[in-house]
Amino acid sequence: MPEKKIRVLIAKPGLDGHDRGAKIIARALRDAGMEVIYTGLRQTPEMIASAAVQEDVDVIGLSILSGAHNTLCPQLMSLLHDKGMDDVTVVLGGIIPEADIPALKKVGIAEIFLPGTSTQDIVQFIHKRLTH
Amino acid sequence: MSADSKVSTQAVAPIHPSSANRKPSDKEKSWEENTLRPTLAKNPERQAEFTTVSAYPIQRLYTPADLSGWDADRDLGHPGEPPYTRGIHSTMHRGRLWTMRQFAGFGAAEDTNQRFRYLLSQGQTGLSTAFDLPTLMGYDSDHPLSEGEVGKCGVAISSLADMEVLFDKIPLANVTTSMTINSPAAVIWAMYLAVAEKQGADWKKISGTLQNDILKEYIAQKEYIYPPEPSMRLVIDTFEFGVKNTPKFNTISISGYHIREAGSTAIQELAFTLRDGLEYVEWGMRRGLDVDEFVPQLSFFFNAHNDFFEEIAKYRAARRIWHKAMVERYKSQNPRSWALRFHTQTAGCSLTAQQPYNNVVRTAIQALAAVLGGTQSLHTNSLDEAWALPTEFAATIALRTQQIIAHETGVANTVDALGGSYFVETLTNEVERGAWDYIEKIDALGGMVAAIERGYPQREISEASYRYQMEVDKKEKIIVGVNDFVTKEKPLETLQIDETVAARQAERLSKLRAERSSGEVARRLSALRKAAQGTENLMPYLFDAVKSYATLGEICDAMREVFGTYEEIAIT
Repeated sequence: MPEKKIRVLIAKPGLDGHDRGAKIIARALRDAGMEVIYTGLRQTPEMIASAAVQEDVDVIGLSILSGAHNTLCPQLMSLLHDKGMDDVTVVLGGIIPEADIPALKKVGIAEIFLPGTSTQDIVQFIHKRLTH
Repeated sequence: MSADSKVSTQAVAPIHPSSANRKPSDKEKSWEENTLRPTLAKNPERQAEFTTVSAYPIQRLYTPADLSGWDADRDLGHPGEPPYTRGIHSTMHRGRLWTMRQFAGFGAAEDTNQRFRYLLSQGQTGLSTAFDLPTLMGYDSDHPLSEGEVGKCGVAISSLADMEVLFDKIPLANVTTSMTINSPAAVIWAMYLAVAEKQGADWKKISGTLQNDILKEYIAQKEYIYPPEPSMRLVIDTFEFGVKNTPKFNTISISGYHIREAGSTAIQELAFTLRDGLEYVEWGMRRGLDVDEFVPQLSFFFNAHNDFFEEIAKYRAARRIWHKAMVERYKSQNPRSWALRFHTQTAGCSLTAQQPYNNVVRTAIQALAAVLGGTQSLHTNSLDEAWALPTEFAATIALRTQQIIAHETGVANTVDALGGSYFVETLTNEVERGAWDYIEKIDALGGMVAAIERGYPQREISEASYRYQMEVDKKEKIIVGVNDFVTKEKPLETLQIDETVAARQAERLSKLRAERSSGEVARRLSALRKAAQGTENLMPYLFDAVKSYATLGEICDAMREVFGTYEEIAIT
């Protein structure tokens, strides 16, 4: 029986439309054998949490470049908790000042990938995290 | 591992792989046989193939053999004359330096007003406004979707009252202002014109630039509100209004910058931008506007990426293509329509979060390419670009970079210093040819709006962007400090946006709504809605609405009701 594919939701919350990073990650994870669902632009935390439940994903990858991460990430994490999705791994990529990282990890973001991260590093992180 | 150590396994490049029509001189042939061949046999080159950042192949040496059929008078010409390869003014930067126009905006209007006045006091020669995401998307600061975004990526402007604060003590009669806004551009422009009117500035004399380029939003930056058809109508409304009322204002800045930032190649940036330009010209003509009346008010905006000569070739080719298109496709008679004027911004996407001080060097080289390419104005990015909006310290170095290029390097002492270089002329020809191929493909798809609806430019950019990322991941392209020459470092101090901005804005908005005449606002919004259903020019209605202190969100909502909104088909 083939191994179950890792299911990933790539989401772009907030009003920003800069989707170069989100699209590259979606494609790189797909090329690495994962099942990737891309939400498209301008998703509210509610929309992302519902999509995560509906698609029964293992991982949510958020892309935020606008500086709204401190507002959007805690909202999403608390919605996921309400929906009983505490085991989903949430990772974040984008323009995130280092000073904000501890608080984001505290609300449950598993990892924050800053500019310059290679796609292999993200693939490896997800594989390692989900096989443990 | 250093960039040098990985190459010894690579194959040797052919002696000269370019076209079969190439007819090298006897001298060149003898050099290939007697000098080059023995060298290659002994010391192979570092790589089998050398390519630009856009993956465009670059040859070892360019000689007169690469320019057979090239005619200096026809293809190069002289500055200030067609085909404008050498620049649009006869004296270029000897006559007048480019405008140093640093893009700035954050927080509430009073915060940005202060930064503007600081930049002007430091010798900056024009203003350029960055708006926050709620403003760019046509939402007021107190809209639920604005939460967390107010004042973050730019300044929050929700009504004419905010715009009055933004330009407080800045005389719009003397300062030229660029406004980076697209979907709600017509509304923000109406606010700007209202402030100018209040200051007593003559509309016929004020100058500046409205970005107002919706096509590249669908293609690249994705800050669209309405579907293409009504969006294009709004753009053409500003053209028509501008011709009659503000003859010195650039009613659009047709932008390749964002296309490049989304991951396109240099040729794609050039081709899609110019094809967007042709699309605007065609829609304007369909409205019944005279090409030679409105085209002189169209301006362009390009990226300055890392690959120095490719960028210079891009700017030179841009001018040649635009001239040809205006004269041949649209039978333009007015030289002011032929000369492509452009702003440049150095490539934000090329800057690294790692070792951020290296970004000063990257930016300086990119800015130099823009200057040698004949730019009319320039924004240089700050070293902290990959982290946050710039601190005053970082923004000052960015401005100083331009001042050093202008006053110390000597590059502004002559016009088109690289003209006649075998390499630069060949690359200019090749980049031009590549762009025309794309333009013809888009013509065949039925124009840019049709191509966008099919996802054509979006897909081309997506492919190029992924290919580049793979090259970086495999270290086929080296980025210093990122995939090579890595060191440990301390975090950078970045600008913190005051978290009270959203609350201040919300308070200001509720005060505004309480104090203004709600009957007047309702009447003017309803007049706007009615006009939007018809075919009239909407600018006068927008102007009336903003003067009643109707908010940006209310005005955009009135048009949302009539026009609907746009959803893209996401391509991954």
